Amino acid sequence: MTGFIARRTVSAILLLFATSVVVFGIFEVIPSYNPARAIAGRNATATTVAEISQKFGFDKPIWVQYGNTMKLIFTGQIIDYQDNLNVVSQFVHRFPVTLSLVVPAAILWMLVAIVLGSISARRAGGLLDRGLMVAAITGVSIPVFLLAATLLYLFAFRLTWFPNTGYVQFGSNPAQWAYHLILPWLSIAVLSIGFYSRVLRGNALDVVNQDFVRTARAKGLTQRQVFTRHVLRNSLMPIVTLFGLDFATLLGGAALVTETVFNLPGIGQYEAQAIGNLDVPPIMVGAMFTAFFVVLFSALSDVVYALLDPRIRITG
Amino acid sequence: MNEQLLEIEDLEVTFATEDGLVRAVSGVSFTVSRGETVAIVGESGSGKSVTVMTLMGLTRSPNSRFAGTARLHGVDLIGASEDKLEAIRGKEIAMIFQDPISALSPVQRVGAQIAEQIRAHEKISKAAALERAIELMSRVGIPNARVRARGYPHEFSGGMRQRVMIAMALSLSPSVLIADEPTTALDVTIQAQILDEIRQLSAESNAGVIFVTHDLGVVADIADRVLVMYAGRLVEQGTVDDIFYDPQHPYTWGLLGSVPRVDRDPPRRLPAIPGQPPSLVRPPQGCPFQPRCPHAFDRCRELPPLAPRLPDAGHLDRCWLKPSEKRALRETNGRIGLTEGAAS
Repeated sequence: MTGFIARRTVSAILLLFATSVVVFGIFEVIPSYNPARAIAGRNATATTVAEISQKFGFDKPIWVQYGNTMKLIFTGQIIDYQDNLNVVSQFVHRFPVTLSLVVPAAILWMLVAIVLGSISARRAGGLLDRGLMVAAITGVSIPVFLLAATLLYLFAFRLTWFPNTGYVQFGSNPAQWAYHLILPWLSIAVLSIGFYSRVLRGNALDVVNQDFVRTARAKGLTQRQVFTRHVLRNSLMPIVTLFGLDFATLLGGAALVTETVFNLPGIGQYEAQAIGNLDVPPIMVGAMFTAFFVVLFSALSDVVYALLDPRIRITG
Repeated sequence: MNEQLLEIEDLEVTFATEDGLVRAVSGVSFTVSRGETVAIVGESGSGKSVTVMTLMGLTRSPNSRFAGTARLHGVDLIGASEDKLEAIRGKEIAMIFQDPISALSPVQRVGAQIAEQIRAHEKISKAAALERAIELMSRVGIPNARVRARGYPHEFSGGMRQRVMIAMALSLSPSVLIADEPTTALDVTIQAQILDEIRQLSAESNAGVIFVTHDLGVVADIADRVLVMYAGRLVEQGTVDDIFYDPQHPYTWGLLGSVPRVDRDPPRRLPAIPGQPPSLVRPPQGCPFQPRCPHAFDRCRELPPLAPRLPDAGHLDRCWLKPSEKRALRETNGRIGLTEGAAS
């Protein structure tokens, strides 16, 4: 086990390093990228631009710039170019919002996907199954920005059932906190419900043809017992891995469209703004933040898989 | 050798497939009594597994159609509701499958799997069921059963896994035990042990056993009566002595002839039955074995009924040849087999 942890830690460090280099390198390659000018503003003089360039070190060689940026990141002093805010502190403050968005949505989509996927698998080929699978594909196909905007328009603007964007802290008013998040949760969940219910259905239909399921039936177990105790358990195992990755990227801010549409001050919103402004520091920190979660959750899902399937044992 | 447990009459099983209707089993009838072991032999695709799985209701699907009856203690299994079957499966009639590594759940401890079988029909606690499971594992010859009950199937050897399956199947002392090629996936030395185990345990509970196999050596060892199946039909039926010493159907001659003999000089080529079993989508008219039978004649275009053609009413076959012709044709140089123009 310690070998496993050691290996994963080393690969985490390497991955974070590689991510930072790649992201930094992308900005070197973008032709119109001129951070000094962007910071100085539209009407700045050449002198101002040069001063800013020197102050931020944009005139130095690329690897020196990289080194400085990384140093600033790890000492927690890195400032974004757009608003002069401390990036790390922004991330810390915004993370709870993203958590509030992502965690309940994940619970919601997994529960619904398991139920719908199970129903579909048990009644495979029937009308309900076909209907659910069409709905699932639709869910997967709708672009999130379209779904989020439509939900907002219909249920907050037209029907005023839900508040029109914004975030309320859990501490100050839990009911309002949830109320403001219901539409965002739906925006995220619809796509994932579509995806995971289809995966579960596919896995379940494969498992149902396996010999041990036939043995379970031969024992005289009821259809439901056969399904929940044998089919479902074996069908969920591959989903653990998929979920781990999905959840990790969402924690890193992948829900940026939803956060932007609903004006939730989370990490995704910050990253989206930074990308729009070609603001390198938040993008760097964001990319590394996501990479960290990906490595963490991929290791966790490997461990969980080994716990669920006794044929697999973690080796160093 | 007495109480009739299972009576199958005119069983037909048809599957609807992309290629058409597959008649997997046509008109099969037989009985199984207490304490007797009935072997069903045939090639792959002859319908033997489908027959026994249908008795357990395991072939039911949107694509399958059934006809005929199979009465267990007077209750018809073919037409029974799913609830009725769930009460019977594992309790009155139980099955041992061919490949124990895939037939056992890979993520559940073996003791728990046996206990699950018990608790499916008896209201006892998990702990009590587990105790019984451990005891059963001991009885089937698994050493250190208490510790091994916590193991997973992949931690056992093939023979031990099959013993687990046997323990599971016999846990509720069913009246009928079906063994579907239980030793095919095992090596020969273990095979003998497993056969002994099955024989001993079923004798203890006086169960009726249906043993599906393609191995005539196994049949000779354990069977009281033998059913020979070909292309979904029963082509011969009789006691084990009848089948081995006085076989009446050319297919049976072919099966017997293809067994390599240690006590004779080896032949230049291993004898085999030429040709392929017919497609069950469009079963041939008349005798199904006709295309491959060197002794076919014009009457064979009409399907022979399964009937006793000898004084012994228990020995039935589906062949138009007269008993005297059969006796003449089936042996060449003292060997029973299916050769062209034998005993000329």
